[in-house]
Amino acid sequence: MLTDAINSFAGADHLIISIALVALIMYVTKKISVMLGEERIASALAIITGLVLAYIGGKATGGSSGLADVSIFGGAGIGLLGGSMLRDYTIISTAYGVKIKNLKKAGPVGVISLLVGVVFSFAVGSTIAIVLGYTDPAEVTTIGAGAVTFIVGPVTGTALGVSSEIIAISVAAGLVKSIMTMVITPFIANLVGLDNPTSAMVYGGLIGTTSGVAGGLAATAPELVPYGAMTATFYTGLGTLIVPSIGFVIIRAILL
Amino acid sequence: MEIIGMGFVAFFMLLGSFLGRILGQFIGTGGDVGGVGLAMLFMVLAVNYLENKRGRVFKERTENGIKFLSALYIPIIVAMAARLNVVGAINGGLVAILAGGLATVGAMFLVPLLSKLKK
Repeated sequence: MLTDAINSFAGADHLIISIALVALIMYVTKKISVMLGEERIASALAIITGLVLAYIGGKATGGSSGLADVSIFGGAGIGLLGGSMLRDYTIISTAYGVKIKNLKKAGPVGVISLLVGVVFSFAVGSTIAIVLGYTDPAEVTTIGAGAVTFIVGPVTGTALGVSSEIIAISVAAGLVKSIMTMVITPFIANLVGLDNPTSAMVYGGLIGTTSGVAGGLAATAPELVPYGAMTATFYTGLGTLIVPSIGFVIIRAILL
Repeated sequence: MEIIGMGFVAFFMLLGSFLGRILGQFIGTGGDVGGVGLAMLFMVLAVNYLENKRGRVFKERTENGIKFLSALYIPIIVAMAARLNVVGAINGGLVAILAGGLATVGAMFLVPLLSKLKK
């Protein structure tokens, strides 16, 4: 009787079970990051935990959809919660806080650093992908997009229809960027002259990964955080606009 | 009402998705190409237009609907990460580290160059 009840319970409410799981991940990683005294790494830690669970789910089931192949999270569970529909919906909602007057304040140098930043990261990421043997234009573009941010990667990958494996690589590339930015910014701040509002805006526009920029600047000079964030908030939007379209067309032209 | 805020975002997502699909057909990949970026672009323009025109964009409760969605963005990315084919991607670990790492370090050294642009 109890087994039947458990089976029936585990067969229902997949979405709610998945929401509870994500909430638990967010709670635990937040606690860990506070304990480490590095609260700003909480998001990166939570995403890494998600990737680790996907690895465990994939190993356990032999499937290709990570935790979504584990039956209690399957169906309309993690697959729906972490699907492209809700992902795009919540990403778009973040545009609400973006103020055009901030871009005007940043001026031409802010706009130029945004464009250079997206193009540069994309070019470096794509080049690495080609050098390491990827030949499919959609896959190269997705990995290059991951070097822009861990959002631009999956959004591009979904648009171009690449496999989940390539999207996972693009997320990992974006995470490397975000974490590296937090870690090395304080050490190279003097070297690159990161000590005034202008250079902070340039830095935000060039690096663009919002959590990395905010975290890195907070550890360097907290008063510069708003300037870096000002340009960085435009970065992912610009990336999702130009990488899957112009970026892909260019990569396709190069590889074919 | 909160649902109006959610509907506001939904409207721009659908608009972006439609335009993105036209772009996708145009480029020849099919699918929604750049729709998220287009949706964000139009929403930023609309929000800033409304703000200039009426001082504030929405009533607090409507705004709460949008802020709720924004607050879910990282948790949704965590859920997305949990459903990726990470086992298959492990072999691509090197490309991820090099692509992300070199893009970061390179961009940092562009900071002094671009900072000079502003006299």
